[in-house]
Amino acid sequence: MSTSLLSLFLVVVASFIGSFGAVFLKAGSKNLKSNLKSLFTNYHLAIGGLLFVISSLFFVKAISQPGAELSVLYPMVSMSYLWAMVWSRVFFGEPFTRQKFTGLGLIILGIAILQLGKSIRLE
Amino acid sequence: MSRRRKNLLTVLGCTLLGAGAQVLFKLAGTALGPSPSPMAMIVCPPLIAGYILYGISTILLSFALRNDELSSMYPIISLTYVWVMFLSVWYFRESLNFYKVLGVAVIMGGVAVLGSPGNSDPAKDGSSPS
Repeated sequence: MSTSLLSLFLVVVASFIGSFGAVFLKAGSKNLKSNLKSLFTNYHLAIGGLLFVISSLFFVKAISQPGAELSVLYPMVSMSYLWAMVWSRVFFGEPFTRQKFTGLGLIILGIAILQLGKSIRLE
Repeated sequence: MSRRRKNLLTVLGCTLLGAGAQVLFKLAGTALGPSPSPMAMIVCPPLIAGYILYGISTILLSFALRNDELSSMYPIISLTYVWVMFLSVWYFRESLNFYKVLGVAVIMGGVAVLGSPGNSDPAKDGSSPS
């Protein structure tokens, strides 16, 4: 058995949902002080945390599939940088730069290389 | 210990906690099977433990990154990939091969490029600099 296409798809969904979690954390981090009260009364952080939980449920589902390899699926979470770059521009006005494209290109190349390392399917 | 050094160690600790959470998630996945019921998930000990580690790691990380430049922490955060790869091979007996090592190295390179200081981004840190 090897890591299935379903697992790969579920990780992409997880990274997509998780990237929205990061948007909310970023929005919430502005109002964060060094005390616990500010941590628990910050609804942006709460939504961000909830999205991370939902995202991780998809990830758990992905690694629950027969033959799923953590060593292939976990690094694919870096896909969230792709979404993060888009949302950073959309929601926070952060510009696209050549450097960001270079970094993302490497991440996507790395994910592609990982696929070559999946164990061979024996059925 | 300087504030920056403390933050650096906190982030490093977070990568270890995060990797531990992934191992627990994988253990939970193996125990639960491909289509678990919501009830089975809620009472699954490794899943609960995984979430606790993941939660602690996320909270510590958001505190550490609040006062520090996020960009310089990217390469450290990406160490999680190394720990997870090591644990997958050592603990779950997954195969280790050239492509997996190269793939993770290239991803880490990409993360480092994304976070390197040349990527000047005044809007990146919402909080005031320390």
